[in-house]
Amino acid sequence: MQLPPALHARLAGAPGSAEPLPVERDPAARTAPFRFAPRPVRFPREHDFFEEGDVQRHLYLQDVLTQVGGAPERPRVPEFTCQVAGCCQVFDALEDYEHHYHTLHRNVCSFCKRAFPSGHLLDTHILEWHDSLFQILAERQDMYQCLVEGCTEKFRTSRDRKEHLVMRHLYPVDFRFDKPRKSRGPVMPGAAEQVLAEAPGDDGVPSEVDAMEVCSEHVEPPPAPAGERRAYSHRVPHEDLKGPRREISTSNGGSSAALWRCCRAFPPRRRGPRTLARAALHVAGL
Amino acid sequence: MLRGGGATVPPAGAGALRKARREQQLVSKRLLRDEALEEAEEGCVAMIFGEAEIQQFLRLAQRGTEEKEREGALVSLRRGLQRPETQQTFIRLEGSIRTLVGLLTSNQALLQLEAARCLHELSHSEQSAVVEACLPATSYLLTYLSGHSSDFIELCLYTLGNLIVESEAVRRQLLPQGIVPALAACIQSPHLTVLEALGYALSQLLQAKEAPEKIIPSASTDSSVLGSTLPQHMLQLLQPGPKLNLGVAVEFAWCLHYIICSQVNNALLITQGALSTLGLLLLDLAGAVQRTEDAGLELLACPVFRCLSNLLTEAAAEAVGGQLQLRDERVVAALFILLQFLLQKQPSLLPEGLWLLNNLTANSPSFCTSLLSLDLIEPLLHLLSVSNVVSVLVLTVLCNVAEKGPAYCQRLWPGPLLSSLLDTLAFSDTEVVGQSLELLQLLFLYQPGAAQAFLQQSGLQALQRHEEVAQLQDRVHALQQTALHG
Repeated sequence: MQLPPALHARLAGAPGSAEPLPVERDPAARTAPFRFAPRPVRFPREHDFFEEGDVQRHLYLQDVLTQVGGAPERPRVPEFTCQVAGCCQVFDALEDYEHHYHTLHRNVCSFCKRAFPSGHLLDTHILEWHDSLFQILAERQDMYQCLVEGCTEKFRTSRDRKEHLVMRHLYPVDFRFDKPRKSRGPVMPGAAEQVLAEAPGDDGVPSEVDAMEVCSEHVEPPPAPAGERRAYSHRVPHEDLKGPRREISTSNGGSSAALWRCCRAFPPRRRGPRTLARAALHVAGL
Repeated sequence: MLRGGGATVPPAGAGALRKARREQQLVSKRLLRDEALEEAEEGCVAMIFGEAEIQQFLRLAQRGTEEKEREGALVSLRRGLQRPETQQTFIRLEGSIRTLVGLLTSNQALLQLEAARCLHELSHSEQSAVVEACLPATSYLLTYLSGHSSDFIELCLYTLGNLIVESEAVRRQLLPQGIVPALAACIQSPHLTVLEALGYALSQLLQAKEAPEKIIPSASTDSSVLGSTLPQHMLQLLQPGPKLNLGVAVEFAWCLHYIICSQVNNALLITQGALSTLGLLLLDLAGAVQRTEDAGLELLACPVFRCLSNLLTEAAAEAVGGQLQLRDERVVAALFILLQFLLQKQPSLLPEGLWLLNNLTANSPSFCTSLLSLDLIEPLLHLLSVSNVVSVLVLTVLCNVAEKGPAYCQRLWPGPLLSSLLDTLAFSDTEVVGQSLELLQLLFLYQPGAAQAFLQQSGLQALQRHEEVAQLQDRVHALQQTALHG
């Protein structure tokens, strides 16, 4: 299929539309037995027309359509220690460190040392556990916010909220990130009681209750910097991940910048999508 | 010359897939495996573990004294879970999932990772029971999407994507758990790997058969995609420029396709700029095709064709005065460059590109004029030999041009058109011949001398062979009359 050479130039040229030639239809054109009429066609989801393309898509997802290209290596670096004060975890791969840092040090409550998977949950925890104003307000209005992103419901008690989480959002009854504070009434079976942080260094049996909130390796964090958005906020300040990485020095004197550059995602390098990603598209001159 | 649109997949496999697609049984899942690890483990076939062994691994992972030991136990378990037999044994073991979820939510980062990998293996299973055993973990997988560890999030997303596609039962849990808002929050991640994984998970959600009623519409409560910020972000991620990543774009183009072909509220997408974004993307694709060898660009071209074609049928696609909002003739140039590319790389996708060409030209004198002024008729004719479906589409586009009157037919004449038509009249496919007859009629009507030339080139004989065909005979006779008597 030979394309006129000027076509490529046209693509690279300026936007614009052709001045249309005059349209002049003869009514005899659409008289029987002829029936052609121009019309844009619409295909719905399951139409057979899409069969071929859908099969291609499926093969792509299943990685049958593999592309040539080696998987990027997962660099091993000389052992280094987590930089957070008091943490003595040792790593030999940056990806492992990244996950460790985010899991244990990023969203940590400075009061009780609990670590949370997200800033949102940490904020909720601080509000409900360590904010005395919250307790006062909660006596008069619905303050317990639903934990599901996007749900704006609020509740009078944490128990009501839990019920909402279970009934409305199908959350598990023992959802780890919704522990009631010191229970005032009888302890309910199965519900988590307040769990104190274990002594540092005590890496005992993590019962199913301990889960994420207990950060046994964590020790007194540095004070919160000025400029926190809430007066009551006591979040442990975390640096952007780039911070700790730049501090890493390797014993062989290699530059941390180089390590940063060659660090790639951990699990699995898979074929197909990763190597496709290298063919980045650029608009030439547009 | 190719016939039948040859796919590059071996016939046996492709046939089964096509059948599955026809029966709506095409379930596509993604599996992440660490290639570096796989190479290291080469030669060690994953073992089948029995109950006792699994229990031991779990016990060790949960209560071992040394971290390396605990991690090692989970790694062994994970390897074993590559085998369906081990998966079956695992899910039947009482408390196994509970323990795994406990490890997933533990405070030991590396245990978390390995536990997540175990779940991922389970999510990829072809056995529903195995996949659905992962359900207790979903609220945590969703919670972790608002975390910060990009690799962990990526893993959670691929696992969720696999779960989503498994069954409606799974989705009936994920939707109230807030998967749509969780994805909407996560799409702001700057990490390409996260975005690609998110696109995959979202595309699975949008492909669900209940999506048009329960997942896409903005009237739905917490689970509405159109009601969220997802469409705007998707369009942003499809904008051409130095930040465009092919793997990410492919996923979101498919997401957009599933939304659009569900025909829920395409006018909304048009107001958000979908037409212009996709048009620019098409231009970008054509440019890329000229620069690189392959790299799978047809994987992006296909959903872009579909989105544009379907959007063009919306009333909202027309601006004031009935003109298409999408007017730039570079779109036509880009499309032809892509058609040429497809002819070489993936001819089975040609119909999709020609579908777009039809929708562009049907009601647009401007685009029809572009076809003529850019000299694209001859390249178009070249496609007539590919397959019947392609031929019908090519002839339809030519009819789109010809029906606009004498000024257009004049530019179609003379040239190779007549001999191409005589060739297509020799086809046995009724639809191809029928469309050829329609085109002939338009030419006879608008182009003086066309009937005469037709006669001189033995056109009557070409018509004769179809005189007895039910769907064709009326038109054949009418043309014979016109040719002979004017």
